[in-house]
Amino acid sequence: MSTTTTRGVAKNPAPAKVSKDRPRRGLRANSTFNFWLFTGPFLIGLVIFVFVPIGWSVWLSFFEARFTVTPSQFVGFENYAAILQDEDFRNSLVTFTVFAAFIVPATWALSLGLALLVNRLRFMRAFARSVFFLPTAVSYVAASLIWKMSIFNGVRFGLANTVLSWFGVENIAWLSSPDPPWYWLVIVTVRLWLQSGFYMILFIAALQNIPRELYEAASLDGAKPGWQTFRHITLPQLRATSTAVILLLLVAAYQAFDEFFNLLPKATWGQPPLVELYKMALGENQNYGAGSAGAVVLTLLICAVTLLQGKIMGFGRGEESK
Amino acid sequence: MSASSNMNWDRRNVLRAAMGLAAAGGLAACGSNTGRSGGGSGDTLVQYFHAYGEAGVEQAVKRYAKAYKDANVTTQWITGSNFEQKLFAALLTKNAPDVFEFHPQIQLIKSGQVADLTDIIEPVKDDFNQADIKSHTVDGKIYGVRMIDDPQFFFYRPSMFEKAGVEVPKTLEELIEAAAKLKTSKVKGAYLGNDLTPVQHNLIWSAGADTLTADNKPAFNTDAVADGLKQLRGLFTSGDLLLGAPADWWDPSAFTQGLTAMQWCGMWAMPVMQKALGDDIGIFPFPKVGSAGKESVYNGGWSMFVNAKGKNVEAAKEYVKWLWIDQKKHQEDFATSYGFHIPPRTSLAQSATKLKSGLPAEGVKLFNEFGHFDNIGWTQAMIAAINDVMANSVRKNGDPKAQLAAAEKKVNTELKKLFG
Repeated sequence: MSTTTTRGVAKNPAPAKVSKDRPRRGLRANSTFNFWLFTGPFLIGLVIFVFVPIGWSVWLSFFEARFTVTPSQFVGFENYAAILQDEDFRNSLVTFTVFAAFIVPATWALSLGLALLVNRLRFMRAFARSVFFLPTAVSYVAASLIWKMSIFNGVRFGLANTVLSWFGVENIAWLSSPDPPWYWLVIVTVRLWLQSGFYMILFIAALQNIPRELYEAASLDGAKPGWQTFRHITLPQLRATSTAVILLLLVAAYQAFDEFFNLLPKATWGQPPLVELYKMALGENQNYGAGSAGAVVLTLLICAVTLLQGKIMGFGRGEESK
Repeated sequence: MSASSNMNWDRRNVLRAAMGLAAAGGLAACGSNTGRSGGGSGDTLVQYFHAYGEAGVEQAVKRYAKAYKDANVTTQWITGSNFEQKLFAALLTKNAPDVFEFHPQIQLIKSGQVADLTDIIEPVKDDFNQADIKSHTVDGKIYGVRMIDDPQFFFYRPSMFEKAGVEVPKTLEELIEAAAKLKTSKVKGAYLGNDLTPVQHNLIWSAGADTLTADNKPAFNTDAVADGLKQLRGLFTSGDLLLGAPADWWDPSAFTQGLTAMQWCGMWAMPVMQKALGDDIGIFPFPKVGSAGKESVYNGGWSMFVNAKGKNVEAAKEYVKWLWIDQKKHQEDFATSYGFHIPPRTSLAQSATKLKSGLPAEGVKLFNEFGHFDNIGWTQAMIAAINDVMANSVRKNGDPKAQLAAAEKKVNTELKKLFG
């Protein structure tokens, strides 16, 4: 990698001169063309699958759009007023907050813990890394079905109930009753299992970037290995990664849909914003106007939270803070 | 250097080829094989079916389609428990099915999504169960062809009843008592589905109320229904109810595996149950709720509709007529060879020998004696409103009266949209 760079830098002036006398069509000659060549396909995809739908959604949110995505009746901010007064939608924001309060710190701590463990391994490190990373490849739908049907089903031969029965605990219907809210256990554990491995990899990369000298210096200054070095060296050094991880986790929590949709059908509790919006736009009423208004509100909320978090934790200032 | 420039040329060629492929792929996608022909001949049709649980149904449906000579019919077998959501969303798009199975619901007619099928049904109208004709008729026009009637009731294990000294329950109180007596460390007393919504309409009917009045006003918000919800809440929290079973109520697994002594299910499951349990199966209707109530059975089922906005409406109607009006052999095969269903055609129902004796005959009897058919004015949004009542006042400790009032408000909003 580094050799290519040096060679490129060293030889750059020569072809540039040549190209004036003898214009060449090609990868090196026309940087504008190359820019579009490489970003074009991606950009087209982005425009078609992201920007157009976002724009369309914003447009829809100002129309009475039931059973149609090409509406004609302009209603101004009526959909926004309706969605903000909608109790289900407001409850979904509470649900999200509860969910995020569980899942963000839990994933952060677990993936950091795993990273520290795996990073200290003297042998089979690659194996351990793969084992913890593999669940990332599993689909949320498949995982939630496994959680629902085999681990946390309510019958006596479900995995969780079997284990509990060894201690004489009665069968628990994990997902049927909101009281006590056992469903949170199911929802949080499935997501923990699915996503911890990925964030673990990010933390491992960051851990390996911490200069050894810091620990040596600390040890000379009398810091004991273990909690003291972790608290005063490792953790501050991981600040940039931690910020990014928490940001990604928050956004992922906002986007939570699959496991809630599959684990809690026909429930009125534990419905995060996307499930609520799905029901509104694609449920019985197919109210695309109100659904789009909700999506816009949600987008603005995510932006606001992200900016705020960046401000508090200093996203992008990570490099200097090292 | 020359080697590296060759490399560049190769890369460039590769890249060009890749771009070309991508562009071609994109163009092909625009041309798009949506399972229908570009128009004109109109001889390609798409049909939507929800995933029947019984072995062989999918193959049968595809076999019938293949036997049809005048169009090339492809079948979309929609798995998952949210068939209606997938169907409703698909109906808005260009990839909408030409024909699809669903239940009679008036919003499909008001929004012009289903075609008038009066002309193909009229000649054989008298051969249909008249309740099925009525539930598909709006302003004298018939909008769907009933394929099967599916009565839903309780299945129970007589051997377990005998052992526990329990009689077949006639009232909801008796059902709750029976569930308590039948419960052992291995077997739960009753199974009403994981979210209890399968019995929501029966609770209303058995309490002497109805979903809607004859002139389409909400009729479910009564004290008797509220009391019934309270009783169900008691059953839900008693620990006698099977909850969170891996297979939901429409599947006989919980019953055949001995997880429960009673299960709310449908007649379709009889063959599998009989194979697993032999004669140790009995059935009874949803018991009375309160003193003024009457036992009830839900006569559900599926009907064929034609997408009025499809490109091949006439061809689709021809296909529906061919299969669900003319091909009695296929209809009988569909109704009795896999799960058990009651054919809506009187002539077929009379000749279906498999439904003549034993348990299936009892099912037919309950269907005729206690059955409530779909009301075309009772739409998916209203069903969802009652789903919420079940969630909030049975699974959650919400006040039944308040929940019913909230549902009534939602139903009224829907009714206003539909009937003005």
